[in-house]
Amino acid sequence: MASLPKAIDSEFNTLALAESMNMAKHDLPLSPFRVLDLSNERGYYCGKILADLGADVIKVEPPGGDPGRNIGPFYHDIPDKGKSLYFFAYNTNKKSITLNIETNDGRDILKKLVKNADFAIESHNPGYLDAIGLGYSTLKDINQRIIMVSITPFGQDGPYKNWKASDITITAMGGLSHITGSPDRPPVRVSIDQVHLVAGVQAAMGAMIAHYYRETSGNGQYVDVSMQECVTLSALTVPQAWDLQRFIWPREGAFLSRSGKRVRHLWPCKDGYVAWRIFGGGLGIKTRALVEWMESEGQAGELVDVNWQQMDYLTVSPEQFYRWQELFGNFFKTHTKAELRREALNRGIVLIPASTPQDLLLDPQLKARGFWEAIDHDELDTTITYPGPLYQSSEITWNFLRAPLIGEHNQKIYQEELGFTKEVLATLKQAGVI
Amino acid sequence: MMKQALDGLKVVDFSWYIAGPSITMWLAYHGSQVIRIESLTRPDELRSIEPFKDGIAGVNRSGCYANYNSNKYGLSLNLNHSKGVMVARRLIAWADVVVENFTPGTMEAKWGLGYDSARKMKPDIIMLSSSTQGQTGPEAKQAGFGLELASRSGFTNFVGWPDQDATGVGYPYTDTITPPVGVIAIMAALEYLRRTGKGQYIDLSQLEVGVNHLGVALLNYAVNGTQGGRIGNRHPCAAPHGAYRCLGKDRWCTIAVFTDQEWEAFCTAIGQSSLCNNPKFATMLARKTNEEELGRLVENWTQRFTAEEVMMKMQAAGIAAGIVQSGKDLIEDPQLKHRHHFWYLNHPEMGLCAYDGPPFRLSATPAELYMPAPILGEHNEYVCTQLLGMSDQEFLELLTEGVFE
Repeated sequence: MASLPKAIDSEFNTLALAESMNMAKHDLPLSPFRVLDLSNERGYYCGKILADLGADVIKVEPPGGDPGRNIGPFYHDIPDKGKSLYFFAYNTNKKSITLNIETNDGRDILKKLVKNADFAIESHNPGYLDAIGLGYSTLKDINQRIIMVSITPFGQDGPYKNWKASDITITAMGGLSHITGSPDRPPVRVSIDQVHLVAGVQAAMGAMIAHYYRETSGNGQYVDVSMQECVTLSALTVPQAWDLQRFIWPREGAFLSRSGKRVRHLWPCKDGYVAWRIFGGGLGIKTRALVEWMESEGQAGELVDVNWQQMDYLTVSPEQFYRWQELFGNFFKTHTKAELRREALNRGIVLIPASTPQDLLLDPQLKARGFWEAIDHDELDTTITYPGPLYQSSEITWNFLRAPLIGEHNQKIYQEELGFTKEVLATLKQAGVI
Repeated sequence: MMKQALDGLKVVDFSWYIAGPSITMWLAYHGSQVIRIESLTRPDELRSIEPFKDGIAGVNRSGCYANYNSNKYGLSLNLNHSKGVMVARRLIAWADVVVENFTPGTMEAKWGLGYDSARKMKPDIIMLSSSTQGQTGPEAKQAGFGLELASRSGFTNFVGWPDQDATGVGYPYTDTITPPVGVIAIMAALEYLRRTGKGQYIDLSQLEVGVNHLGVALLNYAVNGTQGGRIGNRHPCAAPHGAYRCLGKDRWCTIAVFTDQEWEAFCTAIGQSSLCNNPKFATMLARKTNEEELGRLVENWTQRFTAEEVMMKMQAAGIAAGIVQSGKDLIEDPQLKHRHHFWYLNHPEMGLCAYDGPPFRLSATPAELYMPAPILGEHNEYVCTQLLGMSDQEFLELLTEGVFE
């Protein structure tokens, strides 16, 4: 972990020191708080974020394990409930109990847990929890401080609330697909599901805003998240372009339309792609820096004669502009991503390589920041490299533990905390409750 | 106005473009008093980015600027004037939270307003710096925008078609996925402050948030050596799965069929029940094997209907389907209308226009958008006299000296 400037010790008085000792057992922002995570894959990321921030997040899974444990890819490509990389990625730092909340005993047990919980996250279809007697109105009667977060495709109300949805349909209905992909092909999505993550972060934000209010007012509340709206928030000003200019934002592939020019923003190079565009105006000096490099290799041609700070997309002729783009494009093809990246940094060029997963795992910037986390998986007798924290802070030392095994914390929660005897647990197990 | 979750939270926002102002947008949605600091001589570049009201450019006419700055107070401040810096220092002393997204190091080097200095003005200040690649490391100062950062974080590897060059996502994706993390970080810092009395410094990197949005793909590489690549709209365990052409120009509907039951319902919905038992498509493995032929067959059907009709027929049959919505579709979407997603605020120069509201409803403290984005320098007098307690005379002196330019 790269370190940031910590508070200077000499400035601490004895009171602060006493406080910090008192903080030892609560050293992460959410350490004192408990979360019941009733979610399926729609909601995993929300709970993970709270768990990584130190909350005691208990994943409540149906006996036999959460269906999301069947989502691939799998560790060593072996399809197995204990080896889902999807489940691993989005459930770090959580605990797990098994509980069938559709049984009477299961409901009673959940209600006991609600008494001491600070948050509940769920992502069932609207109305499901109400139907089994575990809706927000019930939970709030048990514990008025609880914050309940529901994550569903369209929210809890409205004409589409019960509609079927998946990553591709929500990405489309939220407005992102329309601007993604080649103009001569169908709209396309990022093939690694994004909607659950986009919604998960925004749900966690809603939960945290509600938490701030609770700590000032004493009252919890209900947070109703619409995945479609979360995507719409990511779709920049697509709706505003229509509202203000009656303009339909198109798919333009590797190009952006600027003043009637097709400005290329992604270029093939020797071993992949790099992101770069022709800039004029204030950023013209950055374009000039690239031209100087090209000149040193005898590849600049007419580009050396251009005053890039005065270059304006609006006034340059299309023929000339596209001729320039061809010269730049030819140059990129003579270099690798690593070469382009190195010279971009040396010369102050706004050129950034498109990373593959391999590039990222070897990335010098991420390495220098201590980004990656090695997480032990003792059952698999291995350590796996995970993406690290979402941000760095002067007060946080992050700590990452692997996702829980199915029902790994049954004993801790049911016996040690709720005080169930072994006999009662055996009965509950045979009755299919846990 | 109803009680707001963040009533009383005071925020000074030195940031610009999208990634920074979008953080304070969420805070302002929920009741924080956010002071947006800008410069008259070098306004937020976002003010010069389309869309403009009626297509006419102007510093107070950008819908891009407007959408990320509702409910905020605008202060124009010349930070290259020593008294401008003095006003900024007084604002930091007033604030609970400071947000900035200049090139790493700029706040301290240019104006002496970095975290260590800010802590001297307000010992428990929470300061967040948002940047493309973080405040430290060899590439911290590399210039870039959300569009480039989407490639840098790996998305370009996973979007597009295998038989074409890469296109990337085509929009500054990290600009929109990073700000909510900034809000989470600030809320977590406020909780920590509540318990310990300590402020903190937050270092938010678009690259690191972006990489987390590809978490499962990175584990797949780390563990299995699988790089992945461009696969169009294919899905490992669904077919049909894609965006299918419908009647009209550039109109598409997405459809996703996962189970045999859904496949059966799909065949019935398109009036071709016999297709259901065709051995080429009867099982998921068969459908995946013959996916290309299946795609053509689906599109032969969808092209006879409008995207709306296709979506309705599919949903009636219990199959996930959704129109590829344009901006027009979003504005007119009955679900978004029901949810009151768009708020219409009356801006002094732009008139009534659509602003995104938050994508979640808080039952006890629902967000309220009540104030359009500030025109440049709109609240100079209010901020100085009402919030900082300057006398009218002091304010006028600063005004005359060019502090607000």
